[in-house]
Amino acid sequence: MPNTYRLISTNTLNSAASSVTFSNIPQFYTDLKVVMSARSSNASNFDNPRISINNSTSTFTRREIYAESGSAGSESVADRIIGNCPAANLTANTFGSLEFYLPNYTSSNYKFWSCDSVTGSNSATYSLWLLAGLWSTTTAVSTIAFSLQTGANFVQHSTFTLYGISNA
Amino acid sequence: MPSTYEPIVTNTLTTTANSVTLSSIPSTYTDLVVVVATTTGGDINFRINGDTGANYSQTVIYGYSSFGSTKSTNATYNWLNYGSNSGNLLAILQLNNYSSTTANKTSIVRDAANGATSDVMAGLWRSTAAITSLTFTPPSTFAVGSTFTIYGIKAA
Repeated sequence: MPNTYRLISTNTLNSAASSVTFSNIPQFYTDLKVVMSARSSNASNFDNPRISINNSTSTFTRREIYAESGSAGSESVADRIIGNCPAANLTANTFGSLEFYLPNYTSSNYKFWSCDSVTGSNSATYSLWLLAGLWSTTTAVSTIAFSLQTGANFVQHSTFTLYGISNA
Repeated sequence: MPSTYEPIVTNTLTTTANSVTLSSIPSTYTDLVVVVATTTGGDINFRINGDTGANYSQTVIYGYSSFGSTKSTNATYNWLNYGSNSGNLLAILQLNNYSSTTANKTSIVRDAANGATSDVMAGLWRSTAAITSLTFTPPSTFAVGSTFTIYGIKAA
């Protein structure tokens, strides 16, 4: 079987956690993909997953286009948020889906990605983000960690799966 | 185990290039996913099977310094990115049912550039020919290290 699209690691939370880390990422793939099913414990409708790379929390920027609960637009911010997910005040037992794609993660160029996130609910409150992100650092990626912008926890049953994709 | 998601062709530039063509795409898959990652800035477009005729159209939702939507009709190419691409571009192009000889070809492009531009585009190539090649063209040249990969996906 070709090693084109390989599971590197997966983590399904048995209890709430403030962060999830993938460390010692093999350096022989071409691109990385992370698929998340996430919910925040924060007392709000939404929360924002954010990233750190190689334990760095600086030199991140993002631009997303969004549709949320009847409004749509775009924003650009110098922070490490990668998307949107539901939080405690939204429909119970509902998790957001996020798909994060990071190409050429071992290159000596800046690291850039796309991340698409969606949250549905049984109400008029919903969210869709299409995000572009940038880490202005040339270091190869060996560790990726996810946490929440509010500092709350990812709830039990949230899942995080890292895949390696090879182009040869 | 079937090879569901396979790299078909890949090109990593060791010198700059005015354009990049990925050719000899086999018809044996169901769908194609093309991943382009480049530090090259500017408007990058793509053509199918070398077709330079006015056979392309596209609808775009974009976000850079502004937010909105636009479209092109009777164009001679489709965009791989829209808006202000200042480099560090990731574009994922999906071509479903690419080998059909009875249907025009639709595309979905999701691109993200430099943490500053995010777009999604739906395109149409008005041809029932099977897709056998893709050509990508920047405003000037593609930088060394730019990567272009086609993955084939099988439905069974």
